[in-house]
Amino acid sequence: MSKLLGKISCPKREFLLASTSTLGAVGAAAAAWPFIDSINPAADVLAVSSTEVDLSSIAVGEGLGVLWRGKPVFIKHRTAEEIKQAQDEDSVEMIDPQTDADRVQKTEWLVVIGICTHLGCLPSGHLPGDKKGEFGGWFCPCHGSQYDTSGRIRSGPAPLNLEIPPYAFKDDTTLIIGDAEA
Amino acid sequence: MKKDNNTSRLMTWIDDRLPIFSYANKNVIDYPTPKNLNYWWNFGSIAGIILVIMIITGIFLAMNYQPHTDVAFQSVERIMRDVNYGWLLRYLHMNGASMFFIVIYIHMFRGMYFGSYKNPREILWIMGVAIYVTMMATAFMGYVLPWGQMSFWGATVITNLFTTIPLVGDYLVTWIWGGFTIDSPTINRFFVWHYLMPAIIVGIVIVHLWALHVTKSNNPLGIDIKSKKDTIPFHPYYTIKDLFGFGVFLIIFLYFVFFQPNFFAEADNYIPANPMVTPPHIVPEWYFLPFYAILRAIPDKLGGVIAMGGGVMILFILPWLDTSKVRSARYRPIFKVMFWVFVADVLFLGWLGIRPSEGIYLTWGRIATFYYFFHFLVLLPALGKYEKCYPVPDDISEEFLKDHCGDTDDTDGKEEKTNA
Ligand code: HEM
Ligand code: FES
Repeated sequence: MSKLLGKISCPKREFLLASTSTLGAVGAAAAAWPFIDSINPAADVLAVSSTEVDLSSIAVGEGLGVLWRGKPVFIKHRTAEEIKQAQDEDSVEMIDPQTDADRVQKTEWLVVIGICTHLGCLPSGHLPGDKKGEFGGWFCPCHGSQYDTSGRIRSGPAPLNLEIPPYAFKDDTTLIIGDAEA
Repeated sequence: MKKDNNTSRLMTWIDDRLPIFSYANKNVIDYPTPKNLNYWWNFGSIAGIILVIMIITGIFLAMNYQPHTDVAFQSVERIMRDVNYGWLLRYLHMNGASMFFIVIYIHMFRGMYFGSYKNPREILWIMGVAIYVTMMATAFMGYVLPWGQMSFWGATVITNLFTTIPLVGDYLVTWIWGGFTIDSPTINRFFVWHYLMPAIIVGIVIVHLWALHVTKSNNPLGIDIKSKKDTIPFHPYYTIKDLFGFGVFLIIFLYFVFFQPNFFAEADNYIPANPMVTPPHIVPEWYFLPFYAILRAIPDKLGGVIAMGGGVMILFILPWLDTSKVRSARYRPIFKVMFWVFVADVLFLGWLGIRPSEGIYLTWGRIATFYYFFHFLVLLPALGKYEKCYPVPDDISEEFLKDHCGDTDDTDGKEEKTNA
């Protein structure tokens, strides 16, 4: 190809070639976008953006796992001790420091996305009898990450605390996970 | 632009081991092409680009389509409403199919007019017909996938054609269906074929182009390339011309996609398939209509199917039916007229394909069907024998100068002067 370009000596042709190719490349990129975007989540997938949960059935000390946008969300009705432990440890050295107050709206309800921030396994701990790990929260069976009663990463390979989904309390016993307005 | 030394060394290194650069140079850059090709020679490259567009839009549609009778229709509607730009992908694919056939029909008629199927291009032509047949099968199976009323009943009618085969017909159809009617197993396997066959088409296209590059392109004069003077390098002359033609084509194609997306579609296909209700007018896609008209013209089940299949298959032996040594219609006064009569006959058959098959339409359908075969089986062999042709020029470049310059100056020198 360079052989041909070599024949072009006049600046007008060079300009035409460069501008046509540039415009062509921009056009091709613009045409590629609909294809790329078409495999993003579709409108019907995005529409299932909120999940409603009845809290009255979760006793103190128990937890519940629900799916929100296909992801597991852990809702934990924390005991007084668990709350106290979480708050007391606010100042301890941590992998991803954060206070308990920053992670909850009502101290007795901890709502976190149940996906280990290491490589995506499901940590155990929200059901009675589950292995909770040394810090009383969650233990990830895949590579041994341990989370405390506030869902903060305390030891193991995971880099971040369990993520908090957007949520709101509709009333005392109803929790809406996701888009609060929906 | 100067070639960077390292790049050129890398290119040589690769080329010595896998000669892609010299291959590209030989086949798309320096490739000698008749200097007198007109715009009818644009359609092969346009067909190639549509094939790519069809494959890419198809792959992305398949990411959201589901081949099951319970959900196929909804999955297509979901593509139209919920999937980002799904409407665009689907309309490109839908209208692309129609455009593909328009382009291919022009490409084929071009071959007929200029005698491109004749010695030494018979295999090139046969590969073309093989592509055409595969395209028809692909389009037919694709039309079944949205699972609308036309999908279902069109598929029912076409697959039932196989029941005409004596003895094994009924078993064959059950085998094709994977059941006792068109149902989920059918749509599932049709989806697999519909996804697979374009890859087969790509394979045949490669052979098609391979054959083309052995014989080189024919040209409007229908005479052989004699010397280097008859040709120009493919690049930049025909790359630019092909790109320009493709641009014009895109304007037309996208006009339909954005402003008349359902122009070629049937309203009934937006009604979900219902095995209990046959729509009042069953029509195939427009590109099958001439053959559909032939099917209906014959008052016998097996005969109709044979005539319809024969109408397509006869194209395979066209190189041996046309016995004239002169290729281009330019030098064949009678053939030239007969060619256009044949085109009109095919269009007329297409028009008849959507008329009710009764009364006068039936009579016309029989006449047009008769003429279709008469053209191939009687006219072409006879013309080869009795037609008096005009004298054929013996040199592309001589003739080219007469047409374009009026004198016999060396054009290369002339061009340089005007450009400088
Ligand atoms: C996917 C479909 C097809 C593609 C991509 C394709 C591609 C091409 C290309 C790029 C050329 C050279 C440029 C030109 O002459 O227009 C060509 C030539 C040719 N094609 Fe096709 N083709 C296809 C289908 C067909 C069909 C269906 C037929 C006939 C039944 C056919 C018959 C021919 C012939 C005879 C030539 C040589 C023409 C000449 O040199 O005058 N092709 N094809
Ligand atoms: S995925 Fe949880 S520790 Fe690796």
